[in-house]
Amino acid sequence: MGRQNYKWKSAVNLAYREVRHKLGRFLLTCVGLSLLLGVVLSMIGIYRGLVDDALTILRVPKIDIWVVEAGTLGPFAEASRIPGDTREAIARLSGITAAGAVTYQTVEANHAGRKLRLYAIGYEVGRPGGPEQVSAGRLIVRSHYEIIADEQTGMNLGDRIKLGRRSFTVVGLTKHHVASGGDPAIYMSLRDSQVLQFELAPPAARREIARGAAVLSLDTVNAVVARADPKVDTEAVADTIRRWKHLGAMTQQEQERVLTGSVVDRARKQIGLFTAILLTVSTVIIALIIYTMTMDKLRGIATLKLIGAPDSRIIGLILQQAVAMGVIGFVFGAALVTLVHGHFPRRVLLLPQDVGLIGLIVLFVCIAASSLGVRVALKVDPANALGG
Amino acid sequence: MLLEGKPVAAAPSSKQPLVQVEKISKHFGEGATRVDALREVSISVYPKEVVALLGPSGSGKTTLLNAIGCIMEPSSGHLTLDGDLVYDNRWLKSDLRRLRLDKIGFIFQTNNLLPFLDCTDNVALVLELAGWEGVKARSRAIELLDYLEVGHRKHALPAKLSGGEAQRVAIARALANRPSIILADEPTAALDSRRAGIVMDLLRKLAIEQNAAIIAVTHDDKIFNRFDRIFELRDGMLEADRKLKAKAN
Ligand SMILES: Nc1ncnc2c1ncn2[C@@H]1O[C@H](COP(=O)(O)OP(=O)(O)OP(=O)(O)O)[C@@H](O)[C@H]1O
Ligand SMILES: [Mg+2]
Repeated sequence: MGRQNYKWKSAVNLAYREVRHKLGRFLLTCVGLSLLLGVVLSMIGIYRGLVDDALTILRVPKIDIWVVEAGTLGPFAEASRIPGDTREAIARLSGITAAGAVTYQTVEANHAGRKLRLYAIGYEVGRPGGPEQVSAGRLIVRSHYEIIADEQTGMNLGDRIKLGRRSFTVVGLTKHHVASGGDPAIYMSLRDSQVLQFELAPPAARREIARGAAVLSLDTVNAVVARADPKVDTEAVADTIRRWKHLGAMTQQEQERVLTGSVVDRARKQIGLFTAILLTVSTVIIALIIYTMTMDKLRGIATLKLIGAPDSRIIGLILQQAVAMGVIGFVFGAALVTLVHGHFPRRVLLLPQDVGLIGLIVLFVCIAASSLGVRVALKVDPANALGG
Repeated sequence: MLLEGKPVAAAPSSKQPLVQVEKISKHFGEGATRVDALREVSISVYPKEVVALLGPSGSGKTTLLNAIGCIMEPSSGHLTLDGDLVYDNRWLKSDLRRLRLDKIGFIFQTNNLLPFLDCTDNVALVLELAGWEGVKARSRAIELLDYLEVGHRKHALPAKLSGGEAQRVAIARALANRPSIILADEPTAALDSRRAGIVMDLLRKLAIEQNAAIIAVTHDDKIFNRFDRIFELRDGMLEADRKLKAKAN
């Protein structure tokens, strides 16, 4: 055993020696591979970030039941409009501990010379619907002209921004509150958001509202969110609400399913397809690299056979290089993404299980690809070493 | 001194050939593209003999050497190495590999050293494959390189060597495991006549000290007089088998 050990240590490692001989080329290959794998990892990370961001907005208010317009999957997947006073009716239901009316709208604004698209969330200060904490600054305390903005808007505490006709001050910041469409969120009071909705509505609709048309009253909200007593069955409470003709209700679970199912699903399909293509391309490239690496040393392999090296030594040479290339490329790639993902326009969320899975896939691909090279190598005639 | 010391199992009688080729034929391809590289060639080489294979280009010299070296199976005929019948369907590829490692040393015209190992490791690798422990293998490799007057290049990569230096490293590698059969394809083509002479002396010394058989393909008339026998091939057939009065012995 001891002797075996010693022999192993002192044995010439052909894979390492050959790599060292062509170190520049090998490293360049690794760098190329790492860029490719970096892109694969970022794609997956972007998808994870997208889902996580979209769910953050959904989860932060700690809601149990979403009350929306009847027959819709609002307010994220479909438009939903209900009267603002629905909130009081919901709050009175037994089993409901708190309720708040909320609005969601996309607004455009200019900030620091840049055009921003923002996902404006209006909520009743002191009621469910808004964030419970901020990463910097404070929560909204006044019912007018204060907003909490996500860091991704690029705004800082104290910044002022014009939305509609009025100017707002950033009093708090959040992290990772980004709508599924990619627009960072801002929070404002319900009143402010309703005025903004009115100001931004097309002129015709605005005249209707001013005349007091019932369907489009100024006190319209997109949803009422409610918290239920942990002791009651939220599903039963939601059922009660559904019995009201003009209202629909979803539990938090249903809402999350709807969001990931509809909005995020599209992104998943696009990104998923792209990731699959990239992975396929990476596989082909890895296989080609290993195949070419093997073809390049066929003469050396023939020589090894000629001088009596066993097949295991030759397989080891190819396999070790393939695995080393995969591992180095993957580690570089993962490191690269970790280093630069802060500068991505979108959030990249690297989950350990995703990184692990891609790592395993790369390892598998390398081993599978080297089996191609091994087959060629084992067929090589030692007479090839004679050349000339 | 360097080449001594390998215990010889039983002193082989000079009656028994070390290499016995019996009616070996080899053809490549079939039908219109068929090439008969060897046609029923029979030769025997005895221990301590240094023989030359001569013949025009394409006459089958390399093919015969490959067959003897167990790297190419003949189409028909028998090959006996050191009393063992090879290629009788009992031999596995791995057995042939072991046979090559233990009994045969190859020296070829083109330098086929591994480009990524330095001279020492190119030689030491053979020893290591034969079971030598690393440090010992390397020190024997360096001794051999010194002996072949390339010790000063022991850390150089093959690409940095002159043709003659590379050839001498290749010879060191061929001799490393003290093979009883040395097959050489134009071993001295890349050497000047003084060094060609040194190599031939070395091969002869090896033949005598180790009861080895040396078979060398050559066109080099400078060294014809250093062979014990010359086999001449033409169109895959053995045309002449001349016994010379070798200088040594
Ligand atoms: N692998 C092969 N496939 C087909 N034909 C081959 C192969 N190897 C050798 N031949 C043919 O067999 C014949 C003998 O070739 P061989 O290499 O033994 O000649 P040689 O005497 O060594 O010539 P040279 O002096 O040029 O090295 C030639 O006609 C050659 O074309
Ligand atoms: Mg030849």
